[in-house]
Amino acid sequence: MTVLAGRQTGVGARVGRHEDTRLLTGRGRFADDVRRAGALHVRMVRAPVAHARIEAIDAREALGTPGVHTVLTGADCAELGPIPIRLPRGDEPASALQPVLPADSVRYVGQPVAAVVAEDAYTAEDAAELVRVEYAELPAVLDARECAPVGTIEIGYGGVDAAFAGAAHVVRARLEVGRHAAVPLEPRGLTAEYEAGTGKLEIWGATKVPVFNRGVLARMLGLPEERIHLHAMDTGGGFGARGEFYPEDAIVALLATRLRAPVTWTEDRAENLVALNHSRQQEHRIAAAFDAEGVLLALTDEVCHDNGAYLRTHGFMVPELTVTMLPGPYRIPAFHARIAVALTNKTPCGTYRGPGRYEGTFAREHLFDVAADRIGIDRAELRRRNLLRAGEIPHRRPYSALNTEMVLDAGDYPGLLENALAHTEPWQAERDRLRAEGRVSGYGFAYFLEKSGLGPHETADVLLHPSGRVTVHSGATSLGQGVETVLAQIAAERLSLPDTAVTVINGDTDLQPFGLGSWASRSTVVAGSAVRLAADAVAAKARGIAATLLGCAPEELLLEAGTLAVPGFPERSVTLADVAAEAGRDAIEPGLAARRRFTVDHMTYPYGMHVALVEVDTGTGAVRVLRYLVAYEVGRAINPDLVEGQLLGGVAQGIGGALYEQFHYDEAGQPQATTFMDYLLPTAEEVPDRVQTLITEDAPSPDNPLGAKGAGEGGITAAGGAIANAVRDALGVPEDLGGLPLTPARIVELADAHR
Amino acid sequence: MVYHILVKPASYEYHRAHDLEHALELLGELGEDAKPLAGGQSLVPMMNFRLARPSALIDLARLDELRYLRPVGDGLRIGALTTHRTVETATLPGGFGVLSRAARWIGHYPIRSRGTIGGSLAHGDATAEWCVLAVLLDARIVLRGPRGQRTVPAAEFFHGFLSTAAEPGELITEVVFPSPAPRAALTEFAQRQGDFGLVVVAVALETEGGHCRAARVAAGGVGSAAQRLPAVEQALAGAELTERAFAEAARAGVAELEPPEDIHASAGYRRTLTATLLRRACLEAGA
Ligand SMILES: Cc1cc2nc3c(=O)[nH]c(=O)nc-3n(C[C@H](O)[C@H](O)[C@H](O)COP(=O)(O)OP(=O)(O)OC[C@H]3O[C@@H](n4cnc5c(N)ncnc54)[C@H](O)[C@@H]3O)c2cc1C
Repeated sequence: MTVLAGRQTGVGARVGRHEDTRLLTGRGRFADDVRRAGALHVRMVRAPVAHARIEAIDAREALGTPGVHTVLTGADCAELGPIPIRLPRGDEPASALQPVLPADSVRYVGQPVAAVVAEDAYTAEDAAELVRVEYAELPAVLDARECAPVGTIEIGYGGVDAAFAGAAHVVRARLEVGRHAAVPLEPRGLTAEYEAGTGKLEIWGATKVPVFNRGVLARMLGLPEERIHLHAMDTGGGFGARGEFYPEDAIVALLATRLRAPVTWTEDRAENLVALNHSRQQEHRIAAAFDAEGVLLALTDEVCHDNGAYLRTHGFMVPELTVTMLPGPYRIPAFHARIAVALTNKTPCGTYRGPGRYEGTFAREHLFDVAADRIGIDRAELRRRNLLRAGEIPHRRPYSALNTEMVLDAGDYPGLLENALAHTEPWQAERDRLRAEGRVSGYGFAYFLEKSGLGPHETADVLLHPSGRVTVHSGATSLGQGVETVLAQIAAERLSLPDTAVTVINGDTDLQPFGLGSWASRSTVVAGSAVRLAADAVAAKARGIAATLLGCAPEELLLEAGTLAVPGFPERSVTLADVAAEAGRDAIEPGLAARRRFTVDHMTYPYGMHVALVEVDTGTGAVRVLRYLVAYEVGRAINPDLVEGQLLGGVAQGIGGALYEQFHYDEAGQPQATTFMDYLLPTAEEVPDRVQTLITEDAPSPDNPLGAKGAGEGGITAAGGAIANAVRDALGVPEDLGGLPLTPARIVELADAHR
Repeated sequence: MVYHILVKPASYEYHRAHDLEHALELLGELGEDAKPLAGGQSLVPMMNFRLARPSALIDLARLDELRYLRPVGDGLRIGALTTHRTVETATLPGGFGVLSRAARWIGHYPIRSRGTIGGSLAHGDATAEWCVLAVLLDARIVLRGPRGQRTVPAAEFFHGFLSTAAEPGELITEVVFPSPAPRAALTEFAQRQGDFGLVVVAVALETEGGHCRAARVAAGGVGSAAQRLPAVEQALAGAELTERAFAEAARAGVAELEPPEDIHASAGYRRTLTATLLRRACLEAGA
């Protein structure tokens, strides 16, 4: 039923982002924009030591400060219980969960220990310094390899030992990935207000999984879920970290209900860098066995995962994704991976865009480059021989991931490889030209498999108004990714309306109490499919009403440009707006609306390749990324501009992790990168201006009606691998490079060793 | 006028000075915990982190009398409140071009348009471009305090990590660069554009027929304060103006350095970096 209006503005069209008008004109509404009359301000007192027993907390002086209302400590919130895991596997020990405020000990610098409430933020911050906490310091564990794991995940199949024993070539590497974090530009902020008259708790500022957060709060505070309302907000980046349920989410809500006053909290950057989830820190001991022709016989990996001080809402999700996604797009007859999850006295870890895949893709693809060189075949040829071929897909991995069977759903992996290689062939010539001039240049790539569209379901309401406009209440959340636009395009196409006729409200728990939120590149796939189902239901209802009005059978009607008409009889037509008005007069079920749920029990697997051309300054260790390509199979690009935007943003962050970002700790567990002077986010100056994208729609997903695969993470997944491989190519290092980030100091060391 | 205002830093008194005499008077009255505020580009971030907790600020913003660039004989006097950006864009007398070129390395545009040369010298960061250039070009720092005016040679001004010869109650009023340095260059390396350099080096060469007659060499990031590198200066004296000779002199001169270590750079890496940058600065200056 695709019609003209749909083609211009519906699925596949590069329409402008709906959210941009308000965001670019300063009319977005972010957490710290919320102003409630009489609001009290919270400042957290945070642990200054990495591991200690709390001997005593003396808040008398703080409480005596004019303007201070109360000081909350662990003793006041013991009954809340710890922060629960959002996607539990079932094997996570309860002792590893983070308390809202600790009763007796702290486990990392930055852990909230008390909350000071005052009339303004400055008084609260001054008074927080007056809360005297007596600590008895305990030894801090900082190296994950030195402690007993809190959990181990082991997966595999096939005869790994025999494969290694009989292999012509065995290649091993020990590779580390540094500790990075999502670092959204908007730090966290929350406002909570308890309406004593109605008993309702209103909350602004947590944007990612609001319905889950509502459920946690309901259990903690003993309120029915429907009395808690999380509002839809704009947010300055999420990337997996912002919007999860943190101790502060409980503290602010608890204070608002206890004090019967609006309570507001905004963290500063120094807090954000030690309190928001960190991610990535792993050590891989990875090995591959090949036959004489470079065909893979087996892959193994022993991973040590440093999860910081606690298991937060992600539990073992990142470690699990690391090992389940490690085989990627390859044909691997035997596989074994074990990941040990260690708790250290550092900031707890969670997901960050491409969790587990950024790390694992780097380890695998870097190993494969070393392997190709060792075996003596072309690096692309090694992939060619081992990528699953189109005929082998769908391909089932004999284990599950995130409680779903892992079935690689659709794809032509070698096709995309050739496409990306052809696209970047001139770069190899450019590298050779630079080398002829005496410059140190390298070309490298990394192939990757992504996952997206995790269910089990998502829900959407579509409402068609007598104005002719449409409202969508979606369970996704608007994190800046453009999901409002994409959902509007999908609804518009199904209803034959322009996308601008559709307003999308994401993540309001009163309007859409069944949503699962936005994460894991799921929103376009699952929320988009739910919108499509709901829009189709609305169209079907409209057809029924119109048929009655026009005295024909519903099937006779054609929906075109917002009008239902009997073909050939232009006078026998009625607009959707008129149908909506008619529906409003219905005696039993007024209105033209539908709520639908899209249910799916498999993930869908996009894939792609990153290619980098770099230049290395061996005198300073600086790496300049001259050219960059992301080739990506997205199934169906609902809006190609937005797919490109997602990929470009991912590349910027991926380069950060490959070359710049790292959270250092000293021997006592004091974080050393607590400002943007020391935690080096790449800026516009460092990110290459020549990032190209090659988006293909060759393998639509059979698992959803849109055919779409997620696009939120493919821009970052292989960046570490591609850049490391390009740098290795530039320096001519025969071994592996040891790990990420490739800091200038490390590059100089490598260059000196291989001159 | 005294204001008590609620702000992110620990609380402090704010005073605005209307001229130099007034500023000195306030400094004397308010005691050691009061601090002058120039461009605020170092002091304010430190206050926001509560690493600096002055009891009072004396805002120098109205002291227009300290914003100038004036030739004096062969030399150049720069008023303490002159911004980095003003030096970057000024038409300077012959032989002082290195000052404008060096200013471009300082932070980002908004920082350069507020930060001042006096604030930078007073702050005394080892890798501040002005500190390195002051040491390189034998600048004199002019101070005014309760006991009148005194002049301190740059070589004696920087004492160590963020500490200088300025006494409590004293203000820097100007810096004097006594003579032109037509063959001078400053270069540095930071991982990101606009960050403080991990190492900053500057050289001023005097050349004669394809040779280097004498050289002054200074660096920041190799010790606790900006410093001269006499070993490199000696190695360069008499050297040919070739990349090879520069590289040799640089390598010889950095061997005995004992640079600090931090999360961004080991001592060894800083030595390598210093050698690289010295070679490049000499090439730029000798060209
Ligand atoms: C992101 C960032 C990057 C930066 N990068 C660089 C860089 O690459 N190179 C660099 O050199 N700087 C850099 N800076 C610092 C910047 O140049 C500052 O402007 C400079 O260090 C201090 O000058 P100010 O005028 O801002 O001084 P303020 O911050 O106002 O004061 C600094 C200190 O000097 C004292 N003071 C100020 N003026 C006087 C005076 N006349 N007499 C006596 N004491 C005085 C103050 O009391 C204070 O202790 C950077 C700053 C930022 C925020």
